[in-house]
Amino acid sequence: MSAVIEARGLSRHYPGNGLPVRAVDSVDVVIERGEAVSVMGPSGCGKSTLLHLLGGLERPTAGELRLDGRRVDQLSESAWARLRRRGVGFVFQAFHLVDELSAVENVELPALLVGMSRREARARAMKLLDRLGVADRAGHLPDRLSGGQRQRVAIARALINEPLLVLADEPTGNLDSHATGEILKILARLRDAQQTLLLVTHDPRVAAVADRLLSMRDGSIVEDTRLEGGLSRQAALAQIAGWEA
Amino acid sequence: MREAMLALLAKEPAHGYELRQRLTRALGPIGEVLNPGQVYVTLSRLERAGLVRADQVAQTAAPDKKVYEVTPAGREHVATWLLDASWPKVAPVEFHLKLVAAAATGLADPVALIDAQRRELLRRLRDVQRLADDESVDADGVLLLEGTALRLQADVRWLEACERRWTGWRS
Repeated sequence: MSAVIEARGLSRHYPGNGLPVRAVDSVDVVIERGEAVSVMGPSGCGKSTLLHLLGGLERPTAGELRLDGRRVDQLSESAWARLRRRGVGFVFQAFHLVDELSAVENVELPALLVGMSRREARARAMKLLDRLGVADRAGHLPDRLSGGQRQRVAIARALINEPLLVLADEPTGNLDSHATGEILKILARLRDAQQTLLLVTHDPRVAAVADRLLSMRDGSIVEDTRLEGGLSRQAALAQIAGWEA
Repeated sequence: MREAMLALLAKEPAHGYELRQRLTRALGPIGEVLNPGQVYVTLSRLERAGLVRADQVAQTAAPDKKVYEVTPAGREHVATWLLDASWPKVAPVEFHLKLVAAAATGLADPVALIDAQRRELLRRLRDVQRLADDESVDADGVLLLEGTALRLQADVRWLEACERRWTGWRS
């Protein structure tokens, strides 16, 4: 089985004043199916640009990218648009819901775009909203929803076409701590359901949902580590409590 | 731990095992690693300090057991403890000095130390969050884990500030 993401020498350089800006600089990364990976790094380290490259929202200036084994770095905009609709779910800091559509209409939109029947799209959307605890808000416009509810609707929208990959860019960046807690639980459930996830974040609690951490600096991945320490429950608890096991 | 045990005994007398169970319940998952020996050692220290009194209770089917009860001095001690607002170890002094020492001696790269520390704290944060996700943990146990997670989160945030300070410190 092929990796969900395989990037080799992936780069995105912008012309700058004099020297080019190396937003993403020769990144090699492989993400396997079912992996939950977080990306951390200082502001401007290139983590959001990396997410945009992996989701086809920006094109690399060099390097290769394979999605589910298929070479995609040279795809046209329309081919990427088709691929994204089915294969990639996005969750953004600012939610990016369509203001004129109700919650359920926002969620079902990507399903309708890939040709699902209205009936099935609605049924799926309602099921997802229910699973994410916002079914009672289905008929509301986004501006009638709290930030946490909007993000849950956005997550439902990201999931409706059962994407290969979910990319989240600062998913809790606009949320208070209570709403963040709810989103953390949802992300943990997705991870446990083996949804392949890439979480770009400043928030240590979001990063800690993942099992693997990529640290970026100046456009490069400087560290790629596993977060599960291989400790037994007892040993982990003793470490947390600060007592001798 | 000493004062917490005393406070639990102030509610009603208990023998060592009961007391341990009350503590474990209050602590949630973290109580699982409470060392049973520590409870008994602490009880005998409290007894020696005159803060609890032990009564030997004869049992027919089992060895005699000691039931502990708070003395008036112990009760006063608990009251003082409950009202004491001191909050130990607020400043992350040791790690801060480690970075200063690493830079001063050149024996280690401060940024490498920050990276290693961040990994370690995120590992713990991951463990804490997984424990808190467990539906079977009761509210008190979750609350303690929540506090642990928030402190770890704050520590990782502080490491970001450390990184900004120590990146390129040579120049």
